[in-house]
Amino acid sequence: MTRIDDRIQRVDAVEKASGEARYLCDLSFDDMLYARFVRSAVARGKIVSIDVPPLPEGYYFFTADDIPPEGKNSLVMIAGDWRCFASGDVRYVGETIGILCGRSRAVLKAIEESIKITYEEQEAAITIDDALAVKGGPILEKDDIHCSLVSEKGGDVDEILSRADRVIEETVETGFQEHVHLETNAALCTIEDGKYTFYISCQCPFYVRKSVAGLLGLRPEDIRVRQTTTGGAFGGKEHFPDVLAGPLLVAEYHLKKPVKLVFDREEDMLYSVKRHPSKVVFRTGLDSDGKILASDINVYYNCGAYLSSSYVVLQRGVFHANGVYNFPATRIHGYGMATNTFPSDAFRGFGAPQTLFAIETHLNHIARELGADPVEYKKQYFLKQGDETVTQGHIVEKVVLNEMLDQVASKSDYWRKAAEYTPGCGKGIGMSFYNHGGAFTGNGEQAIIKAHLRLVKDGDSFTILCGQTEMGQGFRTILRKIVASVLETDMDKVAYDNPDTDCVPDSGPTAASRSTMIVGRLAEQAAMQMKDHLNEEHWEVETEYEHPEGHPWDQSTFKGDAYLGYGWGCCCVEVEADRLTNEIRVTGIWSSHDIGKAIDELIVHGQVNGGIIQSLGYAAMEKMENRNGHFRQSSMSDYVIPTSMDFPRQEWGLVDNPYEWGPFGAKGMGELVFNGADAAYTDAVERAMGIKINRIPVPVEDLEGLR
Amino acid sequence: MEFTLNSKTVRYEGNPLTRLVDFLREDMNLTGTKEGCGEGECGACSVLRNGKLVTSCLIPMGALAGDDIVTIEGLRETEQGKCLISAFADAGAVQCGFCIPAMVMAAQALLLADSDPDEEAVRLAISGNICRCTGYDLIVDAILLAAKRGKGLW
Repeated sequence: MTRIDDRIQRVDAVEKASGEARYLCDLSFDDMLYARFVRSAVARGKIVSIDVPPLPEGYYFFTADDIPPEGKNSLVMIAGDWRCFASGDVRYVGETIGILCGRSRAVLKAIEESIKITYEEQEAAITIDDALAVKGGPILEKDDIHCSLVSEKGGDVDEILSRADRVIEETVETGFQEHVHLETNAALCTIEDGKYTFYISCQCPFYVRKSVAGLLGLRPEDIRVRQTTTGGAFGGKEHFPDVLAGPLLVAEYHLKKPVKLVFDREEDMLYSVKRHPSKVVFRTGLDSDGKILASDINVYYNCGAYLSSSYVVLQRGVFHANGVYNFPATRIHGYGMATNTFPSDAFRGFGAPQTLFAIETHLNHIARELGADPVEYKKQYFLKQGDETVTQGHIVEKVVLNEMLDQVASKSDYWRKAAEYTPGCGKGIGMSFYNHGGAFTGNGEQAIIKAHLRLVKDGDSFTILCGQTEMGQGFRTILRKIVASVLETDMDKVAYDNPDTDCVPDSGPTAASRSTMIVGRLAEQAAMQMKDHLNEEHWEVETEYEHPEGHPWDQSTFKGDAYLGYGWGCCCVEVEADRLTNEIRVTGIWSSHDIGKAIDELIVHGQVNGGIIQSLGYAAMEKMENRNGHFRQSSMSDYVIPTSMDFPRQEWGLVDNPYEWGPFGAKGMGELVFNGADAAYTDAVERAMGIKINRIPVPVEDLEGLR
Repeated sequence: MEFTLNSKTVRYEGNPLTRLVDFLREDMNLTGTKEGCGEGECGACSVLRNGKLVTSCLIPMGALAGDDIVTIEGLRETEQGKCLISAFADAGAVQCGFCIPAMVMAAQALLLADSDPDEEAVRLAISGNICRCTGYDLIVDAILLAAKRGKGLW
């Protein structure tokens, strides 16, 4: 019998470690063709001509002209503006112009290189500042603003700032980040039982069919999507698989043969979505004692050429822009800027990490200017249960940040070290605080998603049917553990396979740290209902998400309880700086998180470790530059992510704070653990070197310029 | 040209420039060896060549005459392989799994050279194998666990 607190093996560990798990790249079908994209080489311009040499027999090339008349050249993500194929003009480097199909990948590559596309190039807008200046003329109808919103609470921020003792102005910026899931993007389209069928490495199989069906004038349910074992995603396979699936579907419409597309690493680096670069501008008013009266915050995200899902990313960025703090008054404007870069999209944290890094940095700098310890200064503003949020809702849950701070400070010996390490002494310690709202914002879970889950009993075995995917985070294990624990049976009596849209109900996307919190809860409820029917040979139950009452949200004004449950975090990083080479050695990492309750401590341990290292890579190593629309880092040798030697072993801890509406008290955690190590690292480096950092990444080679 | 692959003699008469990773995955259907980057940076295609860890995306078939190649499919049949795989599973070292077969190969190469490594030696031994999910601590734990449980196997 499996109990919720048992230490268990992940259900997929042995098949993966032994090399038996089959990823998309490992699949092969009879009579299968390979595909390769032909992409735009310029950031902005008109397509004058596409010269395709005569194709060898058995090789094909499809473009927007091959979409049937009943279809529409659009990928429906959250917005539908991203075109399946560029047609007439191109809006970013790497935009799909056509798809080549044929038997040999080497021949496809040679054909791709021989296709000549002539452009009438236009001046491109690449950065947020380019977009604000409408460089090259408006990308959209009249300007370069894809989307915007405002959130405010407290009094009139302008009036308060006008009578403040002083106003501190500061800008904080963050760069692109590439997901570098070890398995590159990959998809295969075929026809099975007369139905278009995808095998695909993805987070959200139901997104894929919804996104591409319109290309052939079909309904989503006319397309079947089967998720294959997915080798990492981190948001990079939330919407982006649609960009592979669309052209494949158009090719399949003409070819009626299995067609497989696997990006090589260079394609996956240069021509895939990235984390939104950001610029956050603060004007914070203080009274004569240095207390914050109000903060006026302008948030700009570089969304790239298409809106796709960026409005929702921006919203999350705005709703997290005052961090875990409660100021008397806050006003946040958010702007999603259109540029001619590859569209930005989901990446672990979904807009929250950028603004959380900005507010931590800003408050650290204010504290230092006032001669106060940053942790001492920040903790007086910690949010508490019942406090008003920037969306004029309330913090619903008990907040235990002080307990977490004590845990981390005592393990790291923060107070002693912070007092001892004088600015520029070569040693530094920094601490950050952060949160992450679990699941879709506001009433989105009920109004938009309406998740369903089905549990089926046959004899003494059970099958869970839902659309959540395993991408490495451990959800196949988590869900089976929840159901087995409720049913007081063994986990191996509970089956849960990679989803197939023809067989499972839509439980919503595997995103937004919602799987355990929302779908795990549906599984717990289904299992509880199942308990009364254990003597029946066959029984089925389907559960549907219900929003707890008394938590209003208005999606048109963005007012109300934006999130019912936040994960909370505290991270401390200690460094040593080499004064000659500026080399930074991280000597300690400590963290504490409130995730409600851990369904599986070992899986949570892996998430905490991995999330923190990804965040440290974001701050310290991972530089992705863009020149004229071209990413300059195209491989894992020039875009460097952390190895086993870059950071030391972490000490980690959890606080117990069960969440009322989560399974066994659990809430979201997958993104939370990414949201704060970056700011702790830069805080420590600033103290060690006596410098000020206003932009990440700060790889070692950039530190000299800050001295 | 002949070489040994997972204890069997293989005769190869194809293109000498074909990469070992393609031969393994496409000709032999040994798909446990993954291609992550194609330039020797990520380590996902690591196999053992005469007991040493190599990236199979950088090795042309023509260079293999007389060599002894072991992939995860060969290692998993051995007591050492079973010990490593169960240690990886028990220690929580596996997340998305794409890098893990090669991590197991890296662990095997280490333990062949040093059956009682400390944490520093383990970190060094897997430093050519990139993992984006785990942050490495639990992989290090897994290898130390295998060394402890498998005393006498290496």
